[in-house]
Formats: sequence, structure tokens, C-alpha cells
Amino acid sequence: MVSRTTPGGGGAVAVPGAHPRQRPRLWLLDFYGTAVGKKAVMAITGIVGLGFVLVHMLGNLKIYTGEQHLNDYGEYLREIGSPIIPETGTLWLLRAILIVAVLIHVHAAWSLTQMNRRARPTGYQGPRRFVAADYASRTMRWTGVLLALFIVFHLFDLTWGPANPNFTRGEPYHNLVESLSRGWVAAIYIVANLLLGLHLYHGAWSLFQSLGWNNPRFNLWRRYFAIAFAAVVVAGNLSIPIAIVSGAVD
Amino acid sequence: MTLNLTLKVWRQDGPRDAGRFETYEANAVSEDISFLELLDVVNEDLVAQNREPIAFDHDCREGICGMCGVMINGQPHGPLRGTTTCQLHLRHFKDGDTVVVEPWRAAAFPIIRDLVVNRTAFDRIVMAGGYVTAPTGAAQDANNIPVPKANADLAMDAAACIGCGACVAACPNGAAQLFTSAKVAHLGLLPQGQPERWSRVNAMVQRMEEHFGSCTNHRECEAACPKEISIDFIARLNRDYLKAQFKDRRQLLRATDVASEE
Amino acid sequence: MTALDTAPATTTDLDSHVPPGPIAEKWDVHRFETRLVAPQNRRRFEVIVIGTGLAGGSAAATLGEMGFNVKVFCFQDSPRRAHSIAAQGGINAAKNYKNDGDSVYRLFYDTVKGGDYRSREANVYRLAQISTEIIDQCTAQGVPFARDYGGLLDNRSFGGAQVARTFYARGQTGQQLLLGAYQALMRQVELGSVALYARHEMLELVVKDGRAVGVVVRDLVTGAVTSHSAHAVVLASGGYGNVFFLSTNAKGSNVTASWRAHRKGAYFANPCYTQIHPTCIPVSGEHQSKLTLMSESLRNDGRIWVPTNRDDRRSPNDIPPEDRDYYLERRYPAFANLVPRDVASRAAKRMVDDGFGVGELKNGVYLDFKEAISRLGRGVIEQRYGNLFDMYRDIAGEDPYRVPMRIYPAVHYTMGGLWVDYNLMSNLPGLFVIGEANFSDHGANRLGASALMQGLADGYFVLPATIAGYLAGQLGQPPTPTSAPEFKDAEDSVRERVNSLLGVRGSHSVDWFHRQLGKTLWEKCGMARNADGLKEAAREVGDLRQRFWQDVRVLGENETLNQSLEKAGRVADFLELAELLCQDALHREESCGGHFREEYQTPDGEALRDDERFAYVAAWEFKGDGAAERLHQEPLDFEYVHLAQRSYK
Ligand SMILES: Cc1cc2nc3c(=O)[nH]c(=O)nc-3n(C[C@H](O)[C@H](O)[C@H](O)COP(=O)(O)OP(=O)(O)OC[C@H]3O[C@@H](n4cnc5c(N)ncnc54)[C@H](O)[C@@H]3O)c2cc1C
Ligand code: FES
Repeated sequence: MVSRTTPGGGGAVAVPGAHPRQRPRLWLLDFYGTAVGKKAVMAITGIVGLGFVLVHMLGNLKIYTGEQHLNDYGEYLREIGSPIIPETGTLWLLRAILIVAVLIHVHAAWSLTQMNRRARPTGYQGPRRFVAADYASRTMRWTGVLLALFIVFHLFDLTWGPANPNFTRGEPYHNLVESLSRGWVAAIYIVANLLLGLHLYHGAWSLFQSLGWNNPRFNLWRRYFAIAFAAVVVAGNLSIPIAIVSGAVD
Repeated sequence: MTLNLTLKVWRQDGPRDAGRFETYEANAVSEDISFLELLDVVNEDLVAQNREPIAFDHDCREGICGMCGVMINGQPHGPLRGTTTCQLHLRHFKDGDTVVVEPWRAAAFPIIRDLVVNRTAFDRIVMAGGYVTAPTGAAQDANNIPVPKANADLAMDAAACIGCGACVAACPNGAAQLFTSAKVAHLGLLPQGQPERWSRVNAMVQRMEEHFGSCTNHRECEAACPKEISIDFIARLNRDYLKAQFKDRRQLLRATDVASEE
Repeated sequence: MTALDTAPATTTDLDSHVPPGPIAEKWDVHRFETRLVAPQNRRRFEVIVIGTGLAGGSAAATLGEMGFNVKVFCFQDSPRRAHSIAAQGGINAAKNYKNDGDSVYRLFYDTVKGGDYRSREANVYRLAQISTEIIDQCTAQGVPFARDYGGLLDNRSFGGAQVARTFYARGQTGQQLLLGAYQALMRQVELGSVALYARHEMLELVVKDGRAVGVVVRDLVTGAVTSHSAHAVVLASGGYGNVFFLSTNAKGSNVTASWRAHRKGAYFANPCYTQIHPTCIPVSGEHQSKLTLMSESLRNDGRIWVPTNRDDRRSPNDIPPEDRDYYLERRYPAFANLVPRDVASRAAKRMVDDGFGVGELKNGVYLDFKEAISRLGRGVIEQRYGNLFDMYRDIAGEDPYRVPMRIYPAVHYTMGGLWVDYNLMSNLPGLFVIGEANFSDHGANRLGASALMQGLADGYFVLPATIAGYLAGQLGQPPTPTSAPEFKDAEDSVRERVNSLLGVRGSHSVDWFHRQLGKTLWEKCGMARNADGLKEAAREVGDLRQRFWQDVRVLGENETLNQSLEKAGRVADFLELAELLCQDALHREESCGGHFREEYQTPDGEALRDDERFAYVAAWEFKGDGAAERLHQEPLDFEYVHLAQRSYK
């Protein structure tokens, strides 16, 4: 194909497959409008997610210190900041941040996926051999989707109850044990946590790249961090269904 | 030493035609020839049989012009790391191998014919800002601005990009981040590139995204790059892009203009 | 060409338009006296540039910056891929940053001497003057030249120079310089002052009333043939080394643009000045498609030798020092392994011809780093030449850190080209020629790292100043409309040629013919030439050319990307050029620089010039197919550098 401009004519070198973007005016939207911006946003919302899964896992470990402990912890979460902040206020604030983060994370992922599909409408016709992209990175969008489905189930199961026949409000320990004593539920939790591990393994490394946190001093540690983080969260989370199914906790 | 190879080569008559794989035998070819010389040999055979030769891009055959490049067994430029197609020699294949050869595939790189694609989109990214505005004649003495050797070396690492497109071909998302970031880093690391640093990264990212996919950190590009350019430059691009949101005066001025208009 | 045995018809009517005055002031005075085009008038001028290498890229960018309307063409898919990208070693400049006695005058002197006294003094002096500005300009563009720890620019010494004046960017100097020019060019494309036509090949120059007024190009993707008109045409289409088939040039490099202009009246100067580079990787087999250069800088640390015994089959590391002949060190004690290219090349050829060659095909000599590695350590060698060593290993399949490299000379550069005057304008008004495409500044032999310097000097500084002088005279005149009969005729002849190439449907591929041509030239008109061989070569080439037009097989059609068709057109032009090359080599009965006639050598085998008879530029005028070309001589005067036998003993 030719690349051509007309003299003095503004220099439009025509390339098929171009998608010029209409720029919105609001700066943040403008920023979010670019893929690099979206990836940064995904990294930041990802960090929120990392924080959440870590704290969530640590909180759940209280199951090992006894029923009362875990239930108190659940109660405490509702009362953070009280009486200055109304009861459950902080919790809702945190939840709101989390929900917004997840929604943005999902939206960005979805829209980047669309963009990437457009970028290669016809794929390779012969077999493709990957050398660096690992399983985790190539399955981010699937682990992401599955995790989203799992979260919905998880909420129905342990937050709102309909998926849990013996649900009792305000008694997380009881609910947890009741739910996970069902073998298939335990299996779902185990699989979901392994997927979470994959997602974290790539995400916790990738976010450094996306935010440009890169320095020869610590580049290697970014990978170690991702491995350690994924391993700790997954191990902590997995221990619970295993403990319940095996009867170590009841 | 000689080898026998079976080649499955993508043939496509024109941009709009459907393509197909065709199979050719290359018998008793020397292991000392390059992959492009193998295609030469196959083409001589085809011409002898009155069949049209395979179209493929090439020029320097020294691994520097960036003109050559095809998918060889599902990898850009073939199995050898840090090597262009023209510098890949047959000693890296085994007798009896079947080799699948296919063009780069990306919306921004439409196929022209057979293995030849249009890479003008790369030029467009450079047009958007991949330069230092230094009109001829305006320069001061070259030694007036010292550049720390380490910076100059790192800039050279980035500047080694040959624009072949293997990064895009390798990327599962068809992203051009490695190409773009290499130019942004090359110029951004040098004092001469500072005045336009923030507007450059803004303009180049915007232009890049009109054509290519997005980087999701698969690292395939780095592995495919014949010049082994590091994805550290992509991180740098991201960082510069974030900073540019606050530092690109051109854009900030525009922002105040917009505000005062409204 | 029929009259090989008779002396060519000759005239001495060429005016080089070198301005009068002391050599150091000529350029300043000339610039002052040259007419200017005022900034507001520049956009009323159209300029066509053919080629986007260092010369064309820098010229197009600069003319665009100045405000002219520029159209630039290249046959690759992007301007960044021009052959200049492959230059490795470096670029010379008389900066004297090393305080080792360099100066503009010394660079001038070295270049004239290195060119074996066959270049125009005034041009060379200007080149040396401008050399320093080039480094400034490129640095300002962000070219990442190598630096010292203090942050200042580093230099190395390069082939035949006794001062360190070569600037470099690792082993990729050409690439970095070209990217600098390319980036400046793309900026102009974005701004709209330059229109870029990639994958377009110029196939005809259009001349009207004796002036160059435009070109006809073929779109390599669609086959469309179109006319483009301008006030001036600049050819920056590179050298013709590929006439030898095997050379270090990029596969696409060709003579078509220059040759088409030659056929339209532009004189072709000194075609027999072809340069052979001493350090290339030897041919490994019949399917080899090109030769790879290993930078000359390797000779700074490597030692060249062959076994003293022709039939020594031992591996090189097992051959003890007493059985080795370090023949350059033996014959040229002062310069040793650093003698100029032509000297080193011929010495290697002589060793191989005498049966001392090494390697399986006995077609190379050793370049040995063992001693340098033990003296400096592997790390230092790796730092200096790492990428070259890797390249050698990839290509030759041997590890040069352990086994000596095998090298052999290969065609590398062509000093000859279209004749130009001091303004870089050919004898056809309106046709400017820059870079390797012109014959300009290197005389009969080019020094290492001087081609990049010349290309950029021409493109950034000389042409933009001199072209204005020509354009100023045309203010107010619109460019010739492309509907003029001259354009139509040119278009027709392009189409006709394309059709006849496609119509032959013979039995041999284009490459087959090209290989035959290369073989003949390399054997009889290569590193060493003699009258009988040259006559034979000219006859063989003539026969091959006839056969080509009866028997070439070009498949496919015009309307798609058709690489065989592209090649066919280029080889057809090479076949014509080759005859002229032989003729020029035959008529020049002396040895100088890259042109070595076996009949004219000193008793110890050095080149013997004949300044009485041949101190002139031989510019050939095309007189029609089948007619002998007419020779125009431009006598060369040496006011500043005294004619002397080159000696590197
Ligand atoms: C391997 C190698 C290493 C070298 N190393 C050095 C070095 O270290 N130092 C040094 O000083 N010199 C070196 N040289 C020489 C130097 O690189 C060249 O002489 C120089 O780059 C030529 O530049 P140019 O701009 O004249 O032409 P080129 O770079 O050859 O560009 C020619 C341009 O013309 C275009 N073109 C040609 N024909 C047509 C046509 N018909 N229609 C349209 N476009 C056309 C091409 O597309 C291309 O853009 C080296 C050369 C080689 C081969
Ligand atoms: S042909 Fe130039 S990089 Fe391969």
C-alpha cells in the first residue's frame, strides 16, 4: 500500500484498520479513554482488589481461633468508626470502593478485550507457539470472568444467604461451616481460589508494569512479590474449605 | 550438511483475496543458507515450474533494515532468539522438519500479498511525535551537552529497534507497545529529547492506539524482538504517560483554554 | 557499445563551476553569491527527491523544513529501511575532540590522498568543513552516539586514518543516523510539507527542453504508472554495487534511477571506481544471496594471516606462529593490518589466488583475535565488537572468540555515479544528484566512515543551499503540467518496458541472469582487471543482455505486487551499466584506488597511477542504444594536495 499525503494537506497517511478516537473533554475520561490509561486504572483497581483479598483472607483465618472470634470480627466490621460514623457506614464505604473498583476493573478489561479483538480480526492460521506469555497471562480474561461469577455465588452463599440452606444472619462461622460442609461447594471454593491464584500471579506482577514501577533494583522482586502474594492468599483461603471438609474445623 | 524440509507457506494473491497454505518440498538444501535463501531456492523451483514465486519482503539481509519478517512455526522470525528471519540459518532446523510460514497478522498490518504486509502504521506513530524538533542548522556544538554514558547506552538499547513488526505479530493483543516505547525511551532518555518529552508520549500513545491493540503485559514482544529490546521500556512508557497527564504543558494549556471557553 | 577497441570519442567541455578563491573560502563565498528563495516564496516550488537514505532523507526533511513542497519516493515500505541503515562503523568529522592533530585540512588531505588523487579538491574541502556541523546536527536530533564516562562524545580511528575522528553508535551508526533523518522527515510528512510515496519506484526521468522537470514512477503494489512534475529533481538513489550480484549492498539497491537519468542525458562519471571491502564473510555456497560485511574496525585488534604452507590442513589454532604468514604486517610495516581498503583487499586476493586461502573452499584469510583477547581480555573485545562477533557466529556457524574469523573482500561501495558540478547539479539543469548516487568526493577510493559523512553533508547542508540558486531562476513559473507530451512519452515507455519484460516468458529467472552477470564482472572487472579480460567481459555482458531480452522469465502481472518484475527492470539496467563499467575500466589505462589494472603496477605489485594521462574525471554520455558512449573529461587540478605515489609501507 502507499503511504501518501498531499502536499500541504495535513498529512493523512491512510492505513486500513485505523480507529481514530473522538476525544472526550473531561480530563479523567480522556485519560481513561486511552488503553494505557485503562491499564493504569486496572492496576489501581487491582491494587484495591489485592488489598481486599489479603484482608479478607486474614480475617477469615479467625475461623481457627474459634466461632466467637470470627463472629466478633464480623460485628466489628460493621462498627468501624462508630459512633462517629453511623453503624455499617465505614463498611459500606469500603464496600462501595470495592464495588466501584471491581466494576471499573471489569469494564476496562472488557473494553480492552474489544480493542484487542479489533486489532487482530483474523488470527494466525497455523499453530502459534508462545514462549513468554504464560498460562496465567493468557487466561486473565477467563479467570476474571469465572471469578466474577464466583463472587456472585459467594455473595448469595455467605453474605445474603439464598444459596445456603442453613443461613443465619450475623453468624458467619456457622454459615461458613454449613456451606462448605457440602462437598461440591467446597470444590467450587477450591477451584475458584486456584483461579484467583492465577489471576493474582499475573496481576500482581503486571500492575507494576502498567503503572511504570520499574527499576533494575527491584525488577526481580516484582515477580517474587507476585508469587508470594498469590501463594499466601491462595494458601490461606484454601486452608478453610480443606479444614472444614476434612473435619478439622466444625 | 544438507537438509530436506517441507514448507507450508501462506499464499494470498492480493489484499482482498482469500489465502491458503501451499506445500513445497525443499530438498538437499545446505544448512549454511539463511531462511530467506531457502525461500529464494523454493522460488527458483517455482519459476522453473512456471508458478509464481512467493512474495516476501527483505532488503539488507543483515538483520538491520527491519524489512524481513514472517511467522515461522508460530513464532515471529522463527525459533532463534534475537534473530531476524534473514539471519536465521537452516542449521537451526532438523532434517525432515515441516515448517509453517505465515505473514504477520494484525489489523494495522494488512496483507498485501503472500507474506508481505503493510507496516505504514509504524511510520504514522513516528509521525505523531517520534522525533526531536531540531531543524537543520540550528544545532550547537555536539559536546555542549554532556550525556551520562549510562543514559546514552540505555538510549542506544532502545534505539536499536528496527521496526520490523515482530512485537506486534507476537503480541496476543496485536499491541505496538514495544515499538512505541522504544522510541519514547530513546528520545526521553537524552537531554535533547526533554523539551518534547511529555507531548511526545501523549501524541505517540494516541496515534498508536488508533491502529493497535493494548498491552496486557504478556511479554511475548520482548521474546520475539530480534534486537531483544526490553519491556522495561514499556513500563517507562506507562510511567511517562502518567506523568505527561500532569506535565504536558501543551495539553494543560488546552485544558485551561477549554475551561475558559465554557 | 561496439567500439571497445578504439579510443572513445572525447571532449573536455565539462564545467565544474568551482568558485574561485582560496579553498577555505570557496564555500562561504559561493553561498553568499548563490541566489536565494525568500521564505514566503518557497512553497511555490515543487521538488522531487528520489530516495530516503541518508542523502535523500536528510535532503527531503531539510527542504521541507525550509518550506519547499517536497515529494519523496522510495521503493521500500518505509523510508527508514533505505540501505544506509546497514552502515556499521561510523562517520568521520574533523572535530579534533581527541586533540590528536586533526583538522579540516587534514581530513581534506586524507580524503584526497585516500581517493588516490582522483577527486575534486574544492568538493572535498567543503565536505571536510561541513563534517563538524553534521555531528552537531545529528546529536541535536537525538542520535545516541557513543560517549565517554564524562558524557562527551567518543571517537575511534578507522581504516587507514592516523587520527581518531570517527563518531559511532555501537555497530549501528548508519541505522542511528538514518533514523535521525527519518524522524525529521516524518515530522515534515505529518506537517504536510513533504508527501511520502513508499513502495514506489522511479522508472523514468522526464526532461523537457534540456531540463529535468519530473519523474515517472510505478506503484509497486498496484502497478499504477504515474507522472510527477517538479521544478527540480533530486536523485539520492544510492550506489550500484549490486551490479556484481554478490555484494554487501542491500538486495534492493540498484542503478535504475541513475541509469534512467543517464539515458536521458545525464553523464555517468567514473563507473569503474568500485570499492572492494576487505573484511567480509567469504562465500559459503551457490545459494548465497549476498555478502555480509564485518566492520573494518575489526582490523584495529585482529591480525590477518594465512598459513605459509598452501596445503596446511590443520585447524588454525594448531598452526604455530612460525608456520603463519602475517602478510600485511610483513609487507606494510608502518600501517600493517590498517592499510587502506584497496590495499588490504588486493593483498588478500593475491594470497587466495596463490593458493594460500583458508576454509573449506580455500576462499578466505584468517582474522585472528586470539592475541587481542589474551592481551585485553575477552570482556574488552566483547564490548568493542560483541555484535559483530555474534553476527559472524550466526552466519558462519563458528565462534570467533575461539576460532579465527575467515574473511574475504567483497564489493561494497561505488565511487562512480552521475556526474555533478560543485552545486551537485548534473549536466542536466534541474537534476541534482546526492549521496552515493553521484560520483563526487571520494575519487577512486573512499575512506572508511566517509560515505555517511558525504551523504549527510549533501542532504543537510550542500543541496539545500545550492538548489535555491537554481530554483530562484524559476520563480513564477509553474511546474510543467504532467499532461505535457514529455510525460506521456515517458509513461508510455515505462509501460512498454514493463509489458515487454512480462511478455518474454523465456526460460531463466531474473536471478539467474543476475548471477551470471555478477560472475563475469567479479572475475574480469573486479578487484583486478586487464585489457583482455575487460574486452571479454564487455562481450559476455553484451551477449547476456541480448539473451536476457529473449529468454528471461518474469511471471505474474503488472497490477499486483510483483517482485520478479521489479528485479527484472533493475537487472536490465545493470546489464547496460555493466558494459559501460567495462568500457570505463578499459579506457583508464592506469591503476588508481579501487581500479586496479594488472598491466599498471609497480614491481612490488602496488597500483601505478598515470597522472599525465588520467588525472581527469571520465564522464560518459549516452548516445543511444548500440552506439558508443561519448567521453567527457573534467581535468582535475591539485593546488593544495601534491600528487604523490600513495605509500603505506
Ligand atoms: C554493509 C555496509 C556498511 C557500510 N558502513 C559504512 C560506514 O561505516 N561508514 C560509512 O561512511 N559508510 C558506510 N557504508 C556506505 C554507506 O552506507 C552508503 O554509501 C550510504 O549509506 C549511501 O546512502 P545514500 O543515501 O546515498 O543511498 P541509500 O541509503 O542506498 O538509499 C537509496 C534510496 O534510494 C531509493 N531508491 C533507489 N532507487 C530508487 C528508485 N528507482 N525509485 C525510488 N527510490 C529509489 C531507495 O529506496 C533508498 O531509499 C556502508 C555500506 C555497506 C553496504
Ligand atoms: S532483510 Fe533487513 S532485517 Fe532482514
